[in-house]
Amino acid sequence: MKEVELNEIIASKEDGKYIINIGPQHPSTHGVLRFVVSLKGETLEYLIPHCGYIHRGIEKMCENLTYPQIIHLTDRMDYLSAHMNNEAVSLCVENALGIEVPERVKVIRTILSELQRIASHQLWWAAFGMDIGGLTCFFYGLRDREKVLDIFEESFGSRLLHSFICPGGLMQDIHPDFQKRVKEFIAYFRKKLPEYDQLLTGNVIFEQRTKGLGILTKAEAIDYGVTGPSGRASGFSCDIRKKHPYSAYDRVEFREILANEGDTYSRYKVRIEEMWESMNIIEQLIDQIPEGSFTAPMKAIIKVPEGEYTQRVETARGELAVYLVSTGDKNPYRMRFRTPNFSNLFVMNHLSAGAKIADLIAISGSLDLVIPDIDR
Amino acid sequence: MSFIYDFSSATQAIDQWLKANLSPTGAFVAELALVGLTILLAYAVIGLYLVYAERKVCAFMQNRVGPNRVGKWGLLQTMADLIKLLMKELIPIRKSDKLLFNVAPYLVIIASFLGIAAIPFAKGLHAIDFNIGVFYIMAVSSIGVIGILLAGWSSNSKYSLIGAMRSGAQVVSYELSVGLALLSVVIFSGSMQLSTIVESQANGWWILKGHLPAMISFVIFLIASTAEINRGPFDLAEAESELTAGFHTEYSGIRFAFFFLAEYMNMFIVAAMAATVFLGGWMPFHLGNLEAFNRVMDFIPPVVWFFGKTIFIIYLIMWFKWTFPRLRIDQLLTLEWKYLLPLNLLNTVVIAFLVLMGWYFK
Amino acid sequence: MNGIVQYFTDIFKAVRSLWKGMRVTGSYFVRPGEIVTQQYPENRKELQMFDRFKGEVIMIHDEENFHRCNACGICQMNCPNGSIEIISEMVPNEEGKPERTIDKHIYHLSMCTFCGLCVKSCPSNALAFGQGFEHAVFDRHKLTKVLNQPGSRIKKKPKAPKPAAGTEKPNSANS
Repeated sequence: MKEVELNEIIASKEDGKYIINIGPQHPSTHGVLRFVVSLKGETLEYLIPHCGYIHRGIEKMCENLTYPQIIHLTDRMDYLSAHMNNEAVSLCVENALGIEVPERVKVIRTILSELQRIASHQLWWAAFGMDIGGLTCFFYGLRDREKVLDIFEESFGSRLLHSFICPGGLMQDIHPDFQKRVKEFIAYFRKKLPEYDQLLTGNVIFEQRTKGLGILTKAEAIDYGVTGPSGRASGFSCDIRKKHPYSAYDRVEFREILANEGDTYSRYKVRIEEMWESMNIIEQLIDQIPEGSFTAPMKAIIKVPEGEYTQRVETARGELAVYLVSTGDKNPYRMRFRTPNFSNLFVMNHLSAGAKIADLIAISGSLDLVIPDIDR
Repeated sequence: MSFIYDFSSATQAIDQWLKANLSPTGAFVAELALVGLTILLAYAVIGLYLVYAERKVCAFMQNRVGPNRVGKWGLLQTMADLIKLLMKELIPIRKSDKLLFNVAPYLVIIASFLGIAAIPFAKGLHAIDFNIGVFYIMAVSSIGVIGILLAGWSSNSKYSLIGAMRSGAQVVSYELSVGLALLSVVIFSGSMQLSTIVESQANGWWILKGHLPAMISFVIFLIASTAEINRGPFDLAEAESELTAGFHTEYSGIRFAFFFLAEYMNMFIVAAMAATVFLGGWMPFHLGNLEAFNRVMDFIPPVVWFFGKTIFIIYLIMWFKWTFPRLRIDQLLTLEWKYLLPLNLLNTVVIAFLVLMGWYFK
Repeated sequence: MNGIVQYFTDIFKAVRSLWKGMRVTGSYFVRPGEIVTQQYPENRKELQMFDRFKGEVIMIHDEENFHRCNACGICQMNCPNGSIEIISEMVPNEEGKPERTIDKHIYHLSMCTFCGLCVKSCPSNALAFGQGFEHAVFDRHKLTKVLNQPGSRIKKKPKAPKPAAGTEKPNSANS
């Protein structure tokens, strides 16, 4: 837990201890994240995460862009929750302007966020299975994610970075086939999701690998600011959709998935359950998309009145907060993103102390880190 | 066409022809060269097509089509891969132990090469028939781990070293279970000679004749030998997601291909051993005194029986790999020392008792 | 005694859970119909991208080589990465007054992030997204494209009323 400098570690190298770099090019860090790991045999002593390998200065770039242009940068933070990121900035600007978006937009935004959450969790499941060593999981997860991406592609033309939700509403209306295809997907995925359980959840090797590993207590989760499914697995009730409903979340019935163990297995279970819950949310809304315009009337150049604004949304990985300072110009004076992965990453040292190398991979997989979101 | 059923006449004919035309020393050398070449060719072809088979099997399990570009159904894919690997640069590693680094892949491949010599492919198609065949295969298959340890040590890489050390711990532990599982059939058949073991299954395979204890041995042999050849779910020595490529992280080109090929050939040897010892090797499926049934079964050539059984077991091993997550090193050792070994010891005692009392199908 | 029973039930449960997983992979192995892979270069003929697929930005030209771009520069202003450069010239119209017309509408595909702001903001609906996705080239200068076709002119009358932004636009052939 104490801050240790790399030089100190190397200087204080004792017999049988050695330092190893996991990353920045490593199959299991899912990007350019680097862990400097001090090992004794195979047992981990401590770990220092090094981030910044994919820092692009998104917050600074936002200061020179107009509000509609900022949207396409937010896609590139947590690229697996692109819709939620777009929505966060859009909601923030709308609140600042005092615009009420049409009901249709609210419902569509909610459906898209939940679809995105499912897609994100599918990819997480795929990658987590692969981290644990079950290579087949990767293909099953991606196979099912493809169906969601096809829905996205049909409506917005892109699969990963959509830039679809913009201040005032949506970039364009959803495709006429959207509802049909979403219903098809839900029916399909309700059949495929139990396969995930058969392949991994109940598997004795998987349970041995994950149960009781990397325990994060509720108090620690709050201290570190671990949000999202990782925080909820520790019993930290932090679902922004429940606590501060936005869009159409106030009119749907859903359960906030909570677990108490806080280990790798419960983080896994929470995400699997969230996929079921997301499907329930979509099913409640998909037949009730009200008719209307897909965007509120907006001026050509959006100028946010002077002041400070903030907006929180629940992405697939936790709480994303947008903090916006405006001087009344068409560009923000300061844009700040509180990204979930940044706080989630820094429990790694705490969780993995005393674990094996294989456990380190399992723990970092269960936190579901997306590296561009950490570095921004 | 009778030689398909019994190769001994064919091999004897070749032997006599050579002896008639060459001096005794010349005939001996020619025979050695012939056998060596045959095995070398078989080794390369089987190894390459096992790689292809694995890629196809895992592709079908994962809703993909697998290699399908080079040749019909991608049949030449692994050949193309081999040519590519042959042409690649052998990257020298700075501060590595040059001698050991270069020797390690050869040690691994020689170990698997030695193993294949003792396997009876069909009646009379048997490079060398030791009277201690089972023991010999056990012995040579353990040489491979030395190559892996050397590879990990000499590459001057921490990932490689961790992989090699894991592999060492793993192979040493699991060899016990492999040995004990094979011992059960040695007790049943009363011989260590592989040809005798196969002959003893003329009226039924040991997995059936030895009923429950033999089945337990078979399962233990499958698990333990999968672990011994470092394959998933026990592929900790390579552990792609943890150690990038484990002990062969630093190897490139044909040296890497040697490790890769040796891994697949070890799988073949293990599957062939399981087929020979538990499933009757090239012996057709016979049931006691049902003459008509046995006659029909005899009609299928022994080579087909042998490869059929081997492929079945290889498929099982691949099925394990592409379904299960990987174990952690401590769980791997727990599985061996707390579950497999006690079970196996108990099983061996039970088998000895059964043989003593004659309570098995003779 | 309980310990021994526990030991064997553990083994039995473990084997059953492993068998569950093997049933999934095994069942897919014998059902090649479930294969989802698309054979890309072979299916090139049948491959249909979605209408809204954002492959590249194109300028809509009709059969008589007319486009609708009046070189206003709004797309250039809206582009967050400077992928669009507009080179206009002053050409006298029929009445003899100089009028701004497009000379080159330069589009840097290599810098484009496909945010869609140019297409959305275009007041005369001159731009659209094309479905072409095979953009691989050996020289990245080839990714800089001129969107208005040579010899094309602006379509003057009747002035097309602006449809609601974001509705489907007719897709012309890729430039």
